[in-house]
Amino acid sequence: MKHELPKWVDYGLIPLLNLITAFLVAGLVVLLVGENPVKAAYLLVRGAFGYGGGIGYTLFYATNFIFTGLSVAVAIHCGLFNIGSEGQAYVGGIGVAAACLALDRYVPWYVTFPFAVLGAAAMGAAWAFIPAWLQARRGSHVVITTIMFNFIASALMIYLLVEVFKPAGSMAPETRTFEAGGQIPKLDWLFNLFGSSLGGAPFNWSFFLALACCYLVWLLIWRTRLGYEIRTTGINPTAAVYAGIPPVRTVVIAMLISGALAGMMAINPVMGDQARLQESFPAGAGFVGIAVSLMGRNHPVGIILAAILFGMLWQGGAELAFDMPKISRDMIVVIQGLVILFAGALEHMYRPALSRAFARRQVLSADQAAREGV
Amino acid sequence: MENGETELPGDGALAIELKGISKAFGPVQANKDIRLAVKRGTIHGIIGENGAGKSTLMSILYGFYQADSGDIYINGKKTRIADSDAAIAAGIGMVHQHFMLVQNFTVLENVILGAENGAILNSAIGKARTELKRLEDAYDMHVDPDAIIEELPVGLQQRVEILKALYRGAEILILDEPTGVLTPAEADHLFRILQQLKEQGKTVILITHKLREIMAITDEVSVMRRGEIVATRQTAATNVEELAELMVGRHVLLRVDKGQSHPGEVKLSVRNLTIRDSRGVTVVDDVSFDVRAGEIVGIAGVAGNGQSQLLEAISGIRKARSGQVILDGEPIGVTGECDPGMLRERGLAHVPEDRHHMGLVLPFEENENSILGYHDKSKFLNGPMLNIDAIRQDAKAKIEQYDIRPPDCRLKTANFSGGNQQKIVLAREMEVDPVVLLIGQPTRGVDVGAIEFIHKRIIEMRDQGKAILLVSVELDEVRALADRVLVMFAGKVAGEVAPDTPEGEIGLLMAGITQDGAGRKGKAA
Repeated sequence: MKHELPKWVDYGLIPLLNLITAFLVAGLVVLLVGENPVKAAYLLVRGAFGYGGGIGYTLFYATNFIFTGLSVAVAIHCGLFNIGSEGQAYVGGIGVAAACLALDRYVPWYVTFPFAVLGAAAMGAAWAFIPAWLQARRGSHVVITTIMFNFIASALMIYLLVEVFKPAGSMAPETRTFEAGGQIPKLDWLFNLFGSSLGGAPFNWSFFLALACCYLVWLLIWRTRLGYEIRTTGINPTAAVYAGIPPVRTVVIAMLISGALAGMMAINPVMGDQARLQESFPAGAGFVGIAVSLMGRNHPVGIILAAILFGMLWQGGAELAFDMPKISRDMIVVIQGLVILFAGALEHMYRPALSRAFARRQVLSADQAAREGV
Repeated sequence: MENGETELPGDGALAIELKGISKAFGPVQANKDIRLAVKRGTIHGIIGENGAGKSTLMSILYGFYQADSGDIYINGKKTRIADSDAAIAAGIGMVHQHFMLVQNFTVLENVILGAENGAILNSAIGKARTELKRLEDAYDMHVDPDAIIEELPVGLQQRVEILKALYRGAEILILDEPTGVLTPAEADHLFRILQQLKEQGKTVILITHKLREIMAITDEVSVMRRGEIVATRQTAATNVEELAELMVGRHVLLRVDKGQSHPGEVKLSVRNLTIRDSRGVTVVDDVSFDVRAGEIVGIAGVAGNGQSQLLEAISGIRKARSGQVILDGEPIGVTGECDPGMLRERGLAHVPEDRHHMGLVLPFEENENSILGYHDKSKFLNGPMLNIDAIRQDAKAKIEQYDIRPPDCRLKTANFSGGNQQKIVLAREMEVDPVVLLIGQPTRGVDVGAIEFIHKRIIEMRDQGKAILLVSVELDEVRALADRVLVMFAGKVAGEVAPDTPEGEIGLLMAGITQDGAGRKGKAA
């Protein structure tokens, strides 16, 4: 029998406890290298939220994580564990670059933008298609194939950057810098409204695209016929067959949507920040998406919150490494890893104990009610 | 709670005493202040509806769950049972409803599983062989120790489970719904074994929802309802009606009232249907029959004789190897191009045998399950969007009509009881006004109160002129509902009989023995 917990425990208390544990353990690590953990925590939070530029970077990273988190979540709703968001995002960059390189000299950015979005989504979806088809038709496990496709994506992109996209005479494996028509404007005006300033942070319009995607994913999963079919297939494939839902089609479509969402992540760094397609630009965001989706309970609202948390870790962690010389970049990776470990992998650590505690409380209050009733 | 003491076997000492056992799962109180005394050397029945808390109680006794409060006394000694090892050490053995056997191991290997005594198996196997021989002789339950489990019939597999428990020195044997998978003859044999165990001084706890079994074999019976033990009776001093009433808490109708059927034209025709499973084994072999409008054709048989695959093929879930199925005058591509959605369009409704694995998506809200399979109907859609209002309205209407409780269409389906879950499926499949209705195990895991309601609805459907194909492993149910009974054995129709044919005769057919020769292969005329 399953233990039911109140919603606020499931969605609020448990993630909070996991986070606190992660930070306590991270604090111990900081202590071990001889730094003050309280001060480290202060520096991390200040780095992420203490000034306009910090917030800008936090939200810039969060934008990446929202896209990849949604990508993982859509696949999970169909019972698929898409580990390939990293590679799909990477390949998605081709779509962005193609749109920008073709249009940036002729039209303003908001004309280029929809083409870049479509290109990114199409390339991401295309990269997810082969694993999806192999899973649906041949039963090749999507976890294995998507991991392998990450490596293939990496090799393919280097080839393309060096042999195709690199302007003649350039030494770097990257495209030329896009002109203004291929650059998404930063959101300085938004920060100025609050009397703050973005500094140099690359926080841009992609953030709103990410939020729109959150709403659309919610709509898709819980309000459309396709979403209903995806969820049925994900939870109970036998019932899906019984209900006449074609499993092959549903699995492939869910993976295509997942890949498209991952691909759209490329918009943010490529068109919103660097204004060129560079090697390894996803920088692990695809893998962070797995933790974000798990922590956010595969729900768009949870994913936004978890993405901002991880954005904070990325931005605050960078500042911490800068301010505390004993804490190196690698230490930051350790701290991020601990959060992923406790919030993702050990997500259910506190659940049994909490279930018992709540069961007992409910029995007691029921008894009390019974006594008072008499 | 005890009635006046009449003669009970055993020495009167208590093998098990439970004092004030309570266990809650979240807000659900599965067991509440359970007090139970089982006398040594008796067979004690525990009966109750599904969800009454029988299995939870036995799981506490066997160490799967820990009670929230209360004490367990084994042979008068307070015992803490932290896990199944502790239960075995205390002399408790359990035979589960779903056997815990390794299918490709031999009997002997299964018996020593978990009692290997070290890394080298040789000595343990030798010892087990001798001990097994002794047990077989003592209880008259012969099994070939070197047979592979998956090659044994179900009845013998169950025997291995019992031997496993005895090998571990069980003095108290708990059997959870042991007859669900047995033919009547196999069940009788099981009861003889239990009787013998009792005579040797073992204590047996029999969990069942079949009143007849309780009457046939137990010395005492405890009735559970909503997590509590509501009564304990000496079996000799009670009767089926009283027990049924105790289980449900009100008077229940045990027989089904039904009038004469008025069969019309043939709506479903199955011709020479042959089905092979994924291993290439023929599971349905050249089966033919007709179902007419306004009649119920029942398929009886022990579980696993091809009934499930037959239903799956007719409903388009499984491809048949050869043969034909004609639905309302037109053949469906039963060997190739047909899928469940298409057949639904053509008026075939299907209540699947296993509602948890097929008929419902348990984490869904009730209203989401009430459209499963019909989610592509235009009345539930707004373009590509679900019409949530229409879906919930429709679900609410069905909840009212089928008295589904609690009446909350937003509640998670897993939180409904077995009987109410089944009503959700029935409401969905019956309210579409089908031409042909396939029903598998309509009352499996359903409480007595709901059984009455479900049977009534099925008869109503028949009287409305639906063609109904009913598959159930409960022979009583098939006989009560069906107008004609087909008995399936080893993938073939072993015979067709009238529902009032004596049970013994149907039992023989279920075991594959036809009138004109034992175990004759082929279809009876």
